[in-house]
Amino acid sequence: MIVRLSSLPQLTIVGAIHTNSQTMAHNTHKDQAAPEILPLGLDSLLVRFSRTWSETANAKTIAFKRVVAVQSIPGVIELASSLTSLQVIFDPMQTDRATLRDVLQQLSAGLPEAAPTPERTWHIPAAFGPEYAPQLPEAAELAGLPPEEAVRDIEAQTLRVIAIGFAPGQPYLGMLPERWDMPRQSEMTESMPNGALITAVRQIVLFAADAPTGWRHIGQSAFRVFQPDTTEPFPLQAGDAIRFHHVSDTEFASIREDKTTNGGAVCKVAS
Amino acid sequence: MTLTILEAGPAITVQDMGRTGWRAQGLSRGGAVDRLALLEGAALLGADPANAVLEMTGFGGRFAVSTDTRIALTGAVMDADIDGQPVPHNCSHLLHAGQVLRIGGARSGSFGYISFAGGITTPLVMNARATQLTAGIGRLLASGDTLPLGPDPDPHAAPMYLPADDRRAGGDIRIIAGPQTEYFEPEILDAFATSSFQRSSRGNRQGVRMDTDGPGFTSKGQLTILSDMIAPGDIQMTGDGVPYVLLAEGQTTGGYPRIGTVIPADMPKVGQASPGAPIRFRFIDLDEADATYVSEAAQFRALQQACQPLLRDPHDIPDLLSYQLISGATPGDDLERP
Repeated sequence: MIVRLSSLPQLTIVGAIHTNSQTMAHNTHKDQAAPEILPLGLDSLLVRFSRTWSETANAKTIAFKRVVAVQSIPGVIELASSLTSLQVIFDPMQTDRATLRDVLQQLSAGLPEAAPTPERTWHIPAAFGPEYAPQLPEAAELAGLPPEEAVRDIEAQTLRVIAIGFAPGQPYLGMLPERWDMPRQSEMTESMPNGALITAVRQIVLFAADAPTGWRHIGQSAFRVFQPDTTEPFPLQAGDAIRFHHVSDTEFASIREDKTTNGGAVCKVAS
Repeated sequence: MTLTILEAGPAITVQDMGRTGWRAQGLSRGGAVDRLALLEGAALLGADPANAVLEMTGFGGRFAVSTDTRIALTGAVMDADIDGQPVPHNCSHLLHAGQVLRIGGARSGSFGYISFAGGITTPLVMNARATQLTAGIGRLLASGDTLPLGPDPDPHAAPMYLPADDRRAGGDIRIIAGPQTEYFEPEILDAFATSSFQRSSRGNRQGVRMDTDGPGFTSKGQLTILSDMIAPGDIQMTGDGVPYVLLAEGQTTGGYPRIGTVIPADMPKVGQASPGAPIRFRFIDLDEADATYVSEAAQFRALQQACQPLLRDPHDIPDLLSYQLISGATPGDDLERP
């Protein structure tokens, strides 16, 4: 049985990015031509395009997932990807590792080196007042911008969901301009509200975890990335584009109260 | 028909076989840590292995039902009685309405299960009933909670028992190499494969720590490893090189290096090892590992065939636990002898 592949038209990347500036420095390396295809447990193969972060490997991973998803390979039951690798989960009663490895090897040849155009763009309202963005001044200073300009800078970016993970549905959004390449703070923030925009290492996370974090709280959305009681529990897919829109604290308060939308977010699908 | 939790131990949740298909969105399968225990419970009750059960970590509680139903206790062996009469492990029993099922601490094993003939019928969330605390699905059960139960289609069916295995005692755990195994130097891999570990008392549904006296098992460049996909059974090294075997509710991705993966056949052993139980890890090659693979459907069929009628009412056998039901070394007619 092919599970859920048909319901995954979007590309999906999984993977909390616990990377840092040091890892990101590898991104100029040239990738090897053929990916490594390695057993991960008895019922999956990991197709790894690079061991370190690389935009090319990320693009190939995204493209490869699309290629594999449309193939409906017998015995393949689930696909999940990280930044630079795709996990292909199979039913050992329906196929075997050697057969699947051959198929994946053939499919991995000649992948494009640039990420495909996003099919969906999410427009998400966010508040940046002191109450909702306690660490904005600090982060803005590290980025070398006055706080108002930092907000405009974030509003101006079209970010991509480059990974989902750490907590269910939690998206890692990238990449911000170089000036946002700031390390995590050394002290952890013990609690962060759901929907918080937090930043580090040129990324923004829409926080969904009940866990401490070293990333800085620079804004607040009312968007829920995981709604287990709904028919579409995970609104975002990796590969989606995201734009944030600055709203006043007063507007934000009413958006948050309005339960008819998901935090006022609007999803536009490219035709 | 309802189940009432008269008194709840510290970590009781509703579990089933979990949710598949959501790893891409960061949600692991979840479900029971000891999946074999759910298959055993369903085999004993002639029930659907997809039924939801109660999972009890370390300690049980007191329970009552509003209508007569058969139950089975599987997984960790826990002190258990119904109105004072001991309830043997790995058997089906009739629990009458109004009786009190009391379950105490685990005598061996870590995760105990109560299966009900009609299953727990709480509303489905994303097509399953499993509680996944790390994802905010469901919650720990508390004293006074009531849960809906499906009716027992045959409450007076003959009681059954299943010969139990020895998966609570630790022992050799077979592992295969994974995508990050070669990040570890050969001497570290050797040290890992020759070390004696103890199942730590630090464990939960996400993973269980394995303690050893020696130095940690660190890898090359472990602080800059890119996060990558995790499989259940992966053995993850923390920054200090302390191994954790990832269980049902492990994260889907992670940045800590993983030295290998426990094969599915040995996962019940890892999950159920009592705190302090001795553990050793042994790398096996893929061919040997593949030969151990048995689908859960086939495991269930084998368990159905292994079920034996319990010819005496277990209430009449207060010392049943002392019977050698479990090793296969008995002729199988112990219970028929006077």
